[in-house]
Amino acid sequence: MFTRLKTTTAALVLCASGALAQDSITIGMQLEPPNLDPTGGAAAAIDEVVYANVFEGLTRYQADGSVVPALAESWDVSEDGTVYTFHLRSGVKFHDGTDMTAEDVKFSLDRARAEDSTNAQKALFKGIASVDVVDDVTVKVTLSAPNGGFVTNMAWGDAVIVAPESIDTAATAPVGTGPFKLGRWVQGDRIELVENPDYWGNKPALKSATFKFISDPTAAFAAMMAGDIDAFPGYPAPETLAQFGADPRFQLLIGSTEGETILAMNNKSEKLADVRVREAIAHAINRQEIIDGAMFGYGTPIGTHFAPHNPDYVDLTAQSAYDPEMARNLLAEAGAENLTLTLKLPPPSYARRGGEIIASQLRAVGIETEISNLEWAQWLEQVFKGKDFDLSIVSHTEPMDINIYARPEYYFQYENPDFQALMTELDLAADPAKRSEILAAAQRMIADDYVNGFLFQLARTGVADARIRGLWPNSPTQANDLTGVSWAE
Amino acid sequence: MLRFVLSRLISLGLSLVVASLVIFTVIEVIPGDPAAFMLGLNAAPDTVAALREELGLSGSYLSRYLAWAFGMLTGDFGTSYTYRVPVADLVGARLWVSLPLTIYALILSTLIAVPVGVLAAARRGGPADFGIMGATQMGIAIPNFWFAMLLVLIFAVKLRWFGAGGFPGWDRGIWVSLKALTLPAVALALPQASILARVMRSSLIETLGQDYMRTARAKGLTQRQAVLGHALRNALIPVMTIIGLQFSFLLAGAIIIENVFFLPGLGRLIFQGITQRDLIVVESVVMLLVFAVILVTFLVDLAYAVIDPRLRRAT
Repeated sequence: MFTRLKTTTAALVLCASGALAQDSITIGMQLEPPNLDPTGGAAAAIDEVVYANVFEGLTRYQADGSVVPALAESWDVSEDGTVYTFHLRSGVKFHDGTDMTAEDVKFSLDRARAEDSTNAQKALFKGIASVDVVDDVTVKVTLSAPNGGFVTNMAWGDAVIVAPESIDTAATAPVGTGPFKLGRWVQGDRIELVENPDYWGNKPALKSATFKFISDPTAAFAAMMAGDIDAFPGYPAPETLAQFGADPRFQLLIGSTEGETILAMNNKSEKLADVRVREAIAHAINRQEIIDGAMFGYGTPIGTHFAPHNPDYVDLTAQSAYDPEMARNLLAEAGAENLTLTLKLPPPSYARRGGEIIASQLRAVGIETEISNLEWAQWLEQVFKGKDFDLSIVSHTEPMDINIYARPEYYFQYENPDFQALMTELDLAADPAKRSEILAAAQRMIADDYVNGFLFQLARTGVADARIRGLWPNSPTQANDLTGVSWAE
Repeated sequence: MLRFVLSRLISLGLSLVVASLVIFTVIEVIPGDPAAFMLGLNAAPDTVAALREELGLSGSYLSRYLAWAFGMLTGDFGTSYTYRVPVADLVGARLWVSLPLTIYALILSTLIAVPVGVLAAARRGGPADFGIMGATQMGIAIPNFWFAMLLVLIFAVKLRWFGAGGFPGWDRGIWVSLKALTLPAVALALPQASILARVMRSSLIETLGQDYMRTARAKGLTQRQAVLGHALRNALIPVMTIIGLQFSFLLAGAIIIENVFFLPGLGRLIFQGITQRDLIVVESVVMLLVFAVILVTFLVDLAYAVIDPRLRRAT
C-alpha cells in the first residue's frame, strides 16, 4: 500500500516537473476568429491565430517587418519586372500528409484572384495575369505590369498557400504547412494548436499552444493576474499596464502596429471641401493630449498616413503642429465660423475616448461637433459605405495602405489625380531607391492636402509572463508568431 | 380538458409564428451588412457581393423568412455566417455550458434560500431575522456582474483557488468542469437566493398563522416538528413557482456572467452574434429562447389546470 502511494506521489511529482519545463503556452486574445480560413475573411483574429503557425505563404513577415522567403526558397524576376519565377522548397507537406507542390501554389493564387473570390485583400492579386506550373517545385507568376511590391504582397496572411482538397472545410479544419496544426477548437472558448511532427523547417520550442478568447477588459486583467493566461499580446486594458509593469512576475510588450489612427474627414462634405478648413482642424488637434488621455501615453504621433517604424517614413508632424491660434485664423479666412460637424465614432476606446478629447479641442477653436457612437456594423453602413459623416476616428491597421488615398470612392473621398498617378508609378517601380522616393512624395502630398487629421500610430500593448521569450513586440502584420517563442529556465 | 389543451396549443403555435416574424423583422432591419462586416475595410464591392451570394443574403426578405421558418420546423437552423457551421451544432455545444450553469445556480440558490428563509421565519423579529433581511436586501441590490468581479478578485487573483474563468469542457472531467462553473454559479445564485429566501420567509410566516398549524401544535407536536412536518410543505408552493420563473431568468441572465467569466455559453453566443452581425445565429438563438419560455408557460398553464378544475372550464 505504502509503496503504491509512493509511486503515485512520484508520478505526480514527475508530472508537475514536466509541466514546469514548459513547452506549451496560453495566449489571450480579445476576439475569437469567426473561422480559420485567412483567405476568406478580413477578421484580424484569424491571422492572429494561424499566421506563420498554421499557414505559410511564398514569403513571410518577420518580427521587424522585413519580408523573407518561406515556402519559396528563392525567386527570379525577369528583366522587365513582370515575370516572377518562384523556386519552392521541396519536401514540404500539408497537415493532411499530402505534398505541397507548384500545383497547390497555382491553385491558391488562382482561387484568391478568381471572379467569385471572397478574399478580403483581393487587390493583392489583381496584377496577376497568369500562374503557370513549370515543374513540381517551380511556379511562374506573370504580372500584367511590373509591381515592385509583389513579393511583399505574397507575405500577407491572405496570400497563404492552401491545400485544394481542404477548401470545403477550410473554415473549421484548416490544413496548412506550418509548424503547428489545429488540435481542437472549442468554439467560444479556445483554440488549441499542436506540434506538426512533419514540419519542413526548424521545429519550434513549443509543443502546443492555446489561444483563449476573453473580450471583457476586466476579465482579461483577472485572467492574467490569476495565471490562466501566459501572454496577452493585444491586451485590452491599458489602464492596468502600470500595475503589470511593477510586478516582477510579468513583462510588458510595448511595440508598434501598422495602425495609422486618423481623424478621417469627408473630403466631399460641403463643410470640409475647403482645404483651409481641414488644415485648421489639423492645427486644432493636440496629438500628445489624445495619446495621453485616450491611450494612457502609448502611441507615436504621425503627420501623414505612414508607419513611423518604416524606413521610408517622413516625419511631417511639424507641418500640422498644435496651433489653435492659426486654426482660428484659417477658419476665419475660409469664412467657416460657427461650424458644426458630425463626429461618428466606432467602438474601440481610441475612437470613443479620443473622440471626446478631439471634440473639446475643436470646441476651443470654435468648431462644434455632434458625437454619435456607432457599433462596427453601423459604422460600416453609415460612414464607410454611406459616406454620411463629416469626421470619424479609425485606425487603419493594414500594412502599407497609403494606396487607399488613390481610391476616390474610398470613404474619406480624397480625389487627386496626381496622387493616383504617383501610386501607379509606385506599382511599376521595382528599384528600392525609386520606391522610397515615391513613397516620400506620397506622404508629403496627403499631408499638404490635409486629407485627414493624422493622429498617432496605434501602439501594441501586451503583457506576458516574465519568463517568456520571443514574442513579437511589434506587429508588422496581424500575427502571433509562435515559431520563435520559448520559456526561459 | 381536451378542448383546453387544444386551445392552449393553438395559442402556443400562434405565439411562435408572431414571435418569429417580430424577431426576423427586427434583426433584419438593423443596419449592417454581414458580408461587408466580414470582409473589412479594404474589400472591393464585387467581393462583398460575391460573399452575399455565398451566404444566401441576396434573396428577398419574404423568401429568406420562409426558408428560415420552415428550416426551423425541420430542425435546420441554418448555417452561421461567421463560423460556417450549422447553428444547431453551435447552440447544442453552448447549451452544455449554459444549462448546467443554470441548474447549478438554481440548486445553489435553493439550497441557500430555503434554510435561510425558514430560519428567518422561525425567528421572526429576532436578530437572526433582522440580519437575514438585511443581507438579502443587499443581495438583491448588488448587481451580479459586480459581485462576479469581486469573486474573481478574491478567489482567482488573490487566493488562486479557482481560475478567473473559461471552461475546460466536460470531456476533461466532471470535477474540473464543475469547479470552473462554481464562481459563475455563485455569482448568478446570490441575487436569486436573496429573492427566494424572502419569498420563503413570508410564505412560511403566512402558513404559520393558519388554523391547521394551531391544530398540529395542539395535538402535541413541537414547534420544530410542526414547521418541518406541516408548514414547510405548504409554504413551498409559492417558492416552487418562483423557482420555475427563475429558471428562464437565469438562463437569459447568464449573458453578462458568461462574459465576465468568458464561458462559451449561449449568452456569449448571442453577444458575439450581435457584434459580428451573425444574424442567423442571433435569430435562431433568440427564437429558441422564446420557444423555451412559451413552452414553460404552456406547461405551467397545464399544471395549474390539473390542480384547479375551475381553470379548465374558463377557456
